[in-house]
Amino acid sequence: MITLTHFLVVSACIFCIGLYAVLAKRNSIMILVGIELMINAAILNFVAFGKYDKLQYGGQVFALFAIVLAAAAVAVGLAIILNVYRHYKTINPQKINELKD
Amino acid sequence: MEEILFYAFATLAITAALLVVNIRNTARALFLFFVVLFAMAGLYLFALADFVAITQILVYVGGVLILLIFAFMLSNKELLADLQNTSRKFISLPNWQSALLSLAFLSVMLYAFWGWKQHTPDWIMESQRQGTVIQATDNNIATLGFKFMTQYVLPFEVISIFLMMALIGAAHLSRKGDSV
Repeated sequence: MITLTHFLVVSACIFCIGLYAVLAKRNSIMILVGIELMINAAILNFVAFGKYDKLQYGGQVFALFAIVLAAAAVAVGLAIILNVYRHYKTINPQKINELKD
Repeated sequence: MEEILFYAFATLAITAALLVVNIRNTARALFLFFVVLFAMAGLYLFALADFVAITQILVYVGGVLILLIFAFMLSNKELLADLQNTSRKFISLPNWQSALLSLAFLSVMLYAFWGWKQHTPDWIMESQRQGTVIQATDNNIATLGFKFMTQYVLPFEVISIFLMMALIGAAHLSRKGDSV
């Protein structure tokens, strides 16, 4: 029998791996991958709780919304990363420290 | 049988995610990210969310990952190699600090789950008593479509407009030219 706690533990592990990627990586693309891992962990939680909600179906509906939001975030984030690369010739977030031209 | 498959998918997802964050080569990390997404889609199936799993594969593997690889190919190759060389040390201090932070966060969450397990929330107990838990024989997709068009029609429209705005913004940001 797979209980709710199984899903919660797996999603906690995935979330912490994503957190590590966001904190430790020196490459904007890998930081975006870390954010995607965290969003996936959140979607797993949505779906696991939504199993007990047959009347409203809120979990699965908002899991789909979260997938759409993640896709939009990646599209805009990659456009910004490409612009930053064109401007600074680097995508290391520690070297991007000016807002003006 | 079900438990064995669940544990297999869970270990596959966690191991692949650990490899994604630890591997030096960014291209290999991106391709390993495929494996993580597939394993997560498999885990959604165990929560009886078949439509979400299929959407995950379609949107993430078909869209997001192609975009990520595309952006990786467009950035400079020597630059990425240089970036990877700077963190050649086995455990550099920022890595060590962030590993400590994420492990601490993981232990806090696991401790919270352990305390939470004793008293399940009331609404879950209620739905288990009334039998309103999603069964494997339910027609999920028809119900989801019905819910999207009736109860959740306002969030659905809002997210449609939002997605269109985000895509127009991304196309505007990434065009060539000086007037960005």
